[in-house]
Amino acid sequence: MNSSVIVFPGSNCDRDIATALTKLQFKNKMVWHKDNELPKSDLIVIPGGFSYGDYLRSGAIAAKSNILNEVIKAANSGCLILGICNGFQILIETGLLKGALLRNKDLKFISKDVYLKVTNNNNKFCKNYKKNNIIRLNIAHNEGNYFTQKDHLKELEDKELIPFKYCNKNGLINDSTNPNGSINNIAGILNNGKNILGMMPHPERMIDNLISNTDGIGLFTSILN
Amino acid sequence: MKITKEIIDFHGLKSEEYSKIKLLLNREPNILELGIFSAMWNEHCSYKSSKVHLKKLPIKNKNVIQGPGENAGVIDIGDDDAVVFKIESHNHPSFIEPYQGAATGVGGILRDVFTMGARPIALLNSIHFGDPKNKKTKNLLNGVVSGIGGYGNCIGIPTVAGETKFNSTYNENILVNAMAVGLADKKRIFYSKAKGINKPVVYVGSKTGRDGIHGASMASAEFDENSEDKKPTVQVGDPFTEKLLMEACLELMKKDSIISIQDMGAAGLTSSSVEMAFKGNLGIELDLDKVPCREDNMSPYEMMLSESQERMLIILEDGKENEASEIFKKWDLDFVIIGKTTNSKNLSLKFKNEIVATIPINALSSNAPLYDRKWTKKKFKSKKVKFKDLKKISFDEAFFKIISSPNQSNKKWVTEQYDQMVMGDTIERSGTDAAIIKIHNKDKAIAVTVDSSANYCKSFPLNGGKQIVCESWRNLISVGAKPIAITNCLNFGNPENPEIMGEFAENILGIKEACEFLDYPVVSGNVSFYNGTNNNNIYPTPVIGGVGLIKNLNKIQNHRFKKTGSNIVVVGKTFGHLDQSVFINQIHNLHDGMPPDVNLLNEKNNGEMVFKLINTGIINSVHDVSTGGIILALAEMSISSQIGIKINKPKKLTNIFEYFFGEDQSRYIIEVDKKNYSKLESLFKENNIYFDNIGTTQNEYFELDNDLKINVKELYELNNKWYNQFNGLNN
Repeated sequence: MNSSVIVFPGSNCDRDIATALTKLQFKNKMVWHKDNELPKSDLIVIPGGFSYGDYLRSGAIAAKSNILNEVIKAANSGCLILGICNGFQILIETGLLKGALLRNKDLKFISKDVYLKVTNNNNKFCKNYKKNNIIRLNIAHNEGNYFTQKDHLKELEDKELIPFKYCNKNGLINDSTNPNGSINNIAGILNNGKNILGMMPHPERMIDNLISNTDGIGLFTSILN
Repeated sequence: MKITKEIIDFHGLKSEEYSKIKLLLNREPNILELGIFSAMWNEHCSYKSSKVHLKKLPIKNKNVIQGPGENAGVIDIGDDDAVVFKIESHNHPSFIEPYQGAATGVGGILRDVFTMGARPIALLNSIHFGDPKNKKTKNLLNGVVSGIGGYGNCIGIPTVAGETKFNSTYNENILVNAMAVGLADKKRIFYSKAKGINKPVVYVGSKTGRDGIHGASMASAEFDENSEDKKPTVQVGDPFTEKLLMEACLELMKKDSIISIQDMGAAGLTSSSVEMAFKGNLGIELDLDKVPCREDNMSPYEMMLSESQERMLIILEDGKENEASEIFKKWDLDFVIIGKTTNSKNLSLKFKNEIVATIPINALSSNAPLYDRKWTKKKFKSKKVKFKDLKKISFDEAFFKIISSPNQSNKKWVTEQYDQMVMGDTIERSGTDAAIIKIHNKDKAIAVTVDSSANYCKSFPLNGGKQIVCESWRNLISVGAKPIAITNCLNFGNPENPEIMGEFAENILGIKEACEFLDYPVVSGNVSFYNGTNNNNIYPTPVIGGVGLIKNLNKIQNHRFKKTGSNIVVVGKTFGHLDQSVFINQIHNLHDGMPPDVNLLNEKNNGEMVFKLINTGIINSVHDVSTGGIILALAEMSISSQIGIKINKPKKLTNIFEYFFGEDQSRYIIEVDKKNYSKLESLFKENNIYFDNIGTTQNEYFELDNDLKINVKELYELNNKWYNQFNGLNN
């Protein structure tokens, strides 16, 4: 399977995601933000980091870059798009995903391992997880507090467009298990077509037991199958 | 402009130093030249008070590729891999402007590492604040922690280890020390020494602004009540530009274009150009009209003394200008040839077609003042604490107070603001004896730690120096790493005070002795004097950053208990030394007395034994015993694993306070399966290692005979609540 990782000035998880994709047998290419063309890709990843220093607003400047036009075209023709952390913020800024990512509720950067419940697995990114699986991934962000309007939230819930919610190790989902204040403990969302996933946690950091755990692998193997 | 006494004072120069300038120039300097002298001759850049002592430190062994004197130290870790690392202080700016001060401290130390051709792979820090009750502390803590996180998180280098401490000695002068560790190809290390005449001198990175002018001079004087006014001298950091600069430099370094490279740190363009020319025994000529400026009408004086961040100076091979400028263009960074190397051995500055300064390079460097300052030996007022004279307190009450105190509390509130996982190679994060970073795509790792023990150093600088090197060594051993070398950040008070100079001199001797004995050389470092306000000097606070090598990823250890029913063994002898312990300082508020003795032979033997045990794989967990003694070490092992303990008082014990709170050195706690215990016992006996078998691990309760019993969950809560309470958070 062919994957592409978009690299912006200030991206800093580009190497990590490339390492994960290569380890899991993707044929991966790195794509510089000034490029006007995308290589043939089944999956496009927008990695974490601080694109353009997150100046103005996280993801706002990256969303206007050359290559993003190509990403939008690819997305509209059904290519799988995965935005992680800053990548999620960029997808929101382009309008490919709806809603907003606000400052964390405690106004501090948060970096820690959190539990997530796989609330929906009926999509190409999560089918190798069982529904209601509890996995542990790492988060590291300042603006991960997802917010959206009531009708969109209802749509997300009704159409099974929320694959991951923050919880504790027993799967409890409430304010006490919500690290950043996201509405309904949302950690990631899909578009209506379910080919675009934006998520704050980092699956690429969880692919090796020596470093952390292997809970992130399911996401990549889901895409492969 | 006439150089008056006021102007000389303002530049932090003494009148005899000014006379020396006139002698070296054979004339009066102009104001620009005076500024340049003040930037190069201040304590921060010249090491004029510390050099004679620093010379005594061991700086070589078979693993050292580059010792002190370069941007950072370099060690060999085999397979053509080299580790490049250094620690540096940013104390003064952080006290004035905590966020930017701390952030630019991180930025500066990162540049020191990638300047040498290394990709940074880990950040560490040692931060010391005043008493939590001091009204400035909360703001400083919040600012510094966000600043460190803000820079490291954005540039994408994991912040993996550190220490956060509180003591009223830092009320008016906090310490912010940042350490960076990078990985390079041993055959492609870059140095600052210029070579060849008429080579292009290139300015790359951010534009020059008016920020940070006189920063290094500020860091070379004590604070007073007007220090807040120095805010404009604090630089502003831009981690995004640094990330671009780092990637551009590392990309250029893959080609054979660079003769020498130097970051513009303290004293900016001045120190970088002088440093390169001095090392190459050359002159350098700069055309200041070409310097990229952020603001209009900047004068040569401002350009030369600006400490704007994220800038580098590079001397290129002939004909490589285009290739190099393409790379910087790709990363949207300035790339301007601003001068050339010359054979004049002068620093020569042109501005608007006029020569505005000509100073012999030697006058700024090798002829800088050097002081063998007067120093006095430490006088000991200490009397040993007599246990029977202490006010009575129950064992559990003392323990609960200590475990929930600011200094002993869990530091999650701090470390969760740092991205510890970016780059994907962090095997052990903060909260362990040492963090472990895997070498990318290889089956080996390095372990890193930073340590200090200011109260030991205050009460007995010589022993304190030895102790802190040993603690660093022990922390690396505890995770299964072979200690290789250290970097040190020496934070002291006013060197013009003979007592403070004495603390420095004796402390260095202690560091030297331990480093030599353990074959643990110093490869880089930094001295920060004048830490104090209005004659109140801080405790002498040397901070040691240690790096060790793990050759086999299957032989890594940590301090988390692994199972119930294992034996718990203390390695090394417990004498029950309470003076200067947390128990005596914190519970009894007594600060006299000597720190524990350091026996280097025991340190080495016990450490080598533990290293061997980790490598034979018969032990389950290891923790070094340090501040707070055995009971604190056990608590940390329990809290991190949620496994309890059942300890019986050793029979020969005179008093449980001395045994469990005593801070004797060279000790470790290990967990061993019952089935392996007899093997362990015979190994200890064969090797003449002293040990005590003190109890076993168990479910749920942290228990010491009839003196202490608490559920491990509650213990965790106790240990975890202080930071949140202090910062007004609920959970």
